[in-house]
Amino acid sequence: MSRLTDHRTIGFGYLLLSLLAVLIGTLLSLAMRAHLAWPNWPLPLHGPILPEEYLALVTMHGTLMLFFVLTVAPQSGFSNLILPAQIGSRHMAFPRLNALGLYLTALALFTLLAAFFVPGGAPIGGWTAYPPLSETALAGPGQGLGMDLWLASIAIFSIASTLSSINTLTTILKLRCEGMTWQRLPLTVWGWFTAALLSVLAFSVLLAALLLLFCDRHLHSAFFLPAQDLVNGVLLQHHGDGSPLLWLHLFWFFGHPEVYIAILPGMGLTSMVIANFAHRRVFAYRLMIATTLLIGFLGILVWGHHMFVAGLNPFAGTAFSISTMAIAIPASAKVLSWLATLWRSRPTLSTPMLFALGFVSLFITGGITGPILAQPILDEYLHNTFFVVAHFHLIMAMAGIFGLFCAIYYWAPLLFHRTLSEPLGKLHFWATILGAYSTFLPMHFTGLAGEPRHYAQLSGVAGPATDLLQSTLPLQRHITASAIFLVCAQLPFLLNLILSLRRPAQHLDNPWQATTMEWAPNALTPHPTEDQTIVYREPCHYSDSGKEFLTQWSTASTFSPEPE
Amino acid sequence: MPTTFTPPEIDRHHHISDGNNGQKPPTDKRTGGNGDGDGDNFSNRPQGHRGPRERLSQARVGLFFALGGDLMFFVALVSVFFVTKASGHFDAYSHFINEWLPTAIPTILWLNTAVLLLSSVTAEVARQAMFREHDAMDEWFGIGRPISKRATLWLSLTLFLGGLFLAGQWAAWDQLAAQHVFFRTNPSSHFFYLITITHALHLFLGIIGLIAALMFLQFSRSLSTRQVVVDTTVWYWHVMGILWVFLFLLLEYGQ
Repeated sequence: MSRLTDHRTIGFGYLLLSLLAVLIGTLLSLAMRAHLAWPNWPLPLHGPILPEEYLALVTMHGTLMLFFVLTVAPQSGFSNLILPAQIGSRHMAFPRLNALGLYLTALALFTLLAAFFVPGGAPIGGWTAYPPLSETALAGPGQGLGMDLWLASIAIFSIASTLSSINTLTTILKLRCEGMTWQRLPLTVWGWFTAALLSVLAFSVLLAALLLLFCDRHLHSAFFLPAQDLVNGVLLQHHGDGSPLLWLHLFWFFGHPEVYIAILPGMGLTSMVIANFAHRRVFAYRLMIATTLLIGFLGILVWGHHMFVAGLNPFAGTAFSISTMAIAIPASAKVLSWLATLWRSRPTLSTPMLFALGFVSLFITGGITGPILAQPILDEYLHNTFFVVAHFHLIMAMAGIFGLFCAIYYWAPLLFHRTLSEPLGKLHFWATILGAYSTFLPMHFTGLAGEPRHYAQLSGVAGPATDLLQSTLPLQRHITASAIFLVCAQLPFLLNLILSLRRPAQHLDNPWQATTMEWAPNALTPHPTEDQTIVYREPCHYSDSGKEFLTQWSTASTFSPEPE
Repeated sequence: MPTTFTPPEIDRHHHISDGNNGQKPPTDKRTGGNGDGDGDNFSNRPQGHRGPRERLSQARVGLFFALGGDLMFFVALVSVFFVTKASGHFDAYSHFINEWLPTAIPTILWLNTAVLLLSSVTAEVARQAMFREHDAMDEWFGIGRPISKRATLWLSLTLFLGGLFLAGQWAAWDQLAAQHVFFRTNPSSHFFYLITITHALHLFLGIIGLIAALMFLQFSRSLSTRQVVVDTTVWYWHVMGILWVFLFLLLEYGQ
C-alpha cells in the first residue's frame, strides 16, 4: 500500500492539522480574554482590538475549535490511527477516499485561515453564522469576502467529514476480524461508529443550509431573510419571505449532533481506559453500547433547545426541552458505569487514567448545568450570558480535550513507540485540570450576574448596565489570569513530547496490560502475518481480584498469572 | 475423493490479500481439492480473504452510506421547499402576502424523465451482465471477454441516455429563460433551479462514474474490480433515477 493512503499516515496528518488549529484557536481566545479584562491593552503588532475584531476572534475561535480540533482529532485522527487495529484489521475499507478526506480537510482549514488576510478580514457572525447578519456584506467588515471564505471552508469540511465517515462506517461494518462480534467491539469503536453515523446524517444537512445561504448572499433569494429587511439602514432586495429561524433549524439539526460527534469517541475511550487501569470489567458493557447509540439517537432530536429565545413556538420548546432532559438518562448511565467500574478497585493512577478521571469530572460538572439550560424558562435568562459559555466549555471543550490527552498518553506506545514521561504527564494533568476549572467555573457566576456573551467590552457601557458589568470585572481578571495559566500548563506536555521523541524508540509489549486488539503483537504491522487474527472474548476480561487478565487475542481459556 | 493439488498444511499458510488494498488484483490460482472437497469454499477462509463477493459488498455498503448522506441533503432542500412555500408576510393593510407563484414546469421534463428511466433499464442490463455465471467463468479463466463486451455496449447506451437527459434539462432551463423565468424570479423558481441543478450535478457525477466504469471495462485486468465498479456505478445511477422521479413529481404536483 502506498504510504500516502496508509491510514496511520492519514491519522497523523489529521492530528497535525488539529495541532495547527488548536494553536491558532488558543491564541485567539487569549486575545479575547486579554481584551475583556484590559480593554485598552493594545495587542502587540496589531494595536487596540476594535469591537468588530473581537467578534472576528469569537467567530474564528469557535470555528477552528469546533470543526478542526474537536471533530477532526478524535473522530478522524484517532479513528485512523487506532480503529483498524482495534477491530483486528490491517487497513481501512477505502484508503484513497480516506486520503481524499484528509486533503479536503486541509484545504478547508487553509481556506478558513485565508479569511484573516482578505479585505475586511475574518467573518464576525459567530461559528453559527446566524442570518440576517450573515446574509450581506453590509452587516460589517468580514461579512463580505471573509464570510464567503467561511462558507466555502465549512462546505469543503462537510464533504470531507462525510467521506471520512463513510470509510469509518464501512470499515467497522465489513473489516472486523474473525470472532469480533458487535458485543466484543471496544466501546471506543462504538463511539466512532455512532459519531460517524451522526456525521453522515448531519453534515449533509449543513451542506444544504450552506448552499441556501450562499444563494441568499449572491443570487438574491431569501430563504433565511424576512421580507423588507433593513441591514444598516439599507433595504435588502431579495425575493421571498424567508426566516432566520429556518437557518437555525437547519444549522442546529447539524450543530447538536456535531457536539456528540466531538464527545462520543472520548466517552468510549474513558470507559476503556478506566476499566484498563482499574483492572475491572466495564460495568454493564451491553448497556454502555446501548447508551452510546441512544445518546446518538436522542442527539438528533434535541436541536431546538438552541432556539428557545430565538422565537421558537413555545410548544415546540416544551417538546425539545423534554427530549433534551431525556438525554440526561443515558448520559447519567454512562457516569454511573464509570463510577461502578472504579468502585472499590485499586486503580493505577498513571497519566492516561488521570485524564480519563478528569474527563469524568468535567463531564459531570459541565453536564449538571445541561438540565438547567434545557428548561426554556431558565434558558430565557441564561441563554445570552456566560453561563452557557461555561456550560459548553466544560462539557464539550474541556472534556473533549481531556479525552484527546487521554488518547495521546494512553496510545503513545503505539503512536510514537515510546511512553511519555510520567512525572511531566502528572504535572501536565494537575496543572491543566486546575486551570480548566479555574477558568470556566467562574464563568457560571459572571453569567448569573448577567454578563452577556459576544460583548466586546464590559466597561464604559452607558446606563444602569455599567454597574452590573463593572461588578464582574474582578472575576473577569481572574478568568483571564487562569486562561493564561491554562495555556502555560500545556508547556510540560510539549516538553514531554519533545523529550520523549528524542529518546530512542523502545519495544513496548502491551505496557498498560490492556486487553484490546490494538495492543496485540504485530497489530500495527501493515501486512498480514501468517497467523490470522482471531478474537476470543469481550474486552476488559480481568479476574475478580484484578490481578489476572485475558487479552482479546489470547487463546488461553483460564486466567494465566500476570506477567512480571 | 477429489484430486488434491495443494496439500492442506501448505495451503493454510497461503493467505493472499484479495486486493482490498488498491493494488494488483488477486492472483490466487489455487485449484481446490484439499482433501475434503471443500477447498474452494470462500466461507472457510479468514475474513477479508473470502474472495470477490466480500469486496463487492464492501463497496455496496460504502455506497449505501454515501447515498444516505446524500438523501439527507435532499431531505433538507425539500423541507425548505415546503417551509418557503407556506411562508409569507403581512403588508401595511394587514393582508397576508405570499409571494409564491408556481413555476410552470416545461413539458420536456416528462420526456427527460422517460429517458432517465430508460437509462436505468440499460444500466441494469449491463449490471446483470457482469454477473452471468457462465460468461464470468469464461472471463475469469481468460478465455474471452464476453461479459465486459456486453456491459460496455449497455453502459455506453446508458451514458448516451444520461447525456441526453442532461441535454434535456439544459433545454428546460433554456425554455424557462426564454419566458424570463430565472433563479431570482420567484421563490418557486429558486427551488426549480436548486433542485434541478443539484440533481444534475449528482447525475454528472454518475456520468463520470459511467465513463470510469467503461475505462475499467476496457483496461482493468481484474474481473472483480470490473464487477465492483460497474455494480456500484449502476446502483448509484438507479438511486439518482428514483430520486429524480420523486423530485420531478414534487415540482410537477407539489408546488
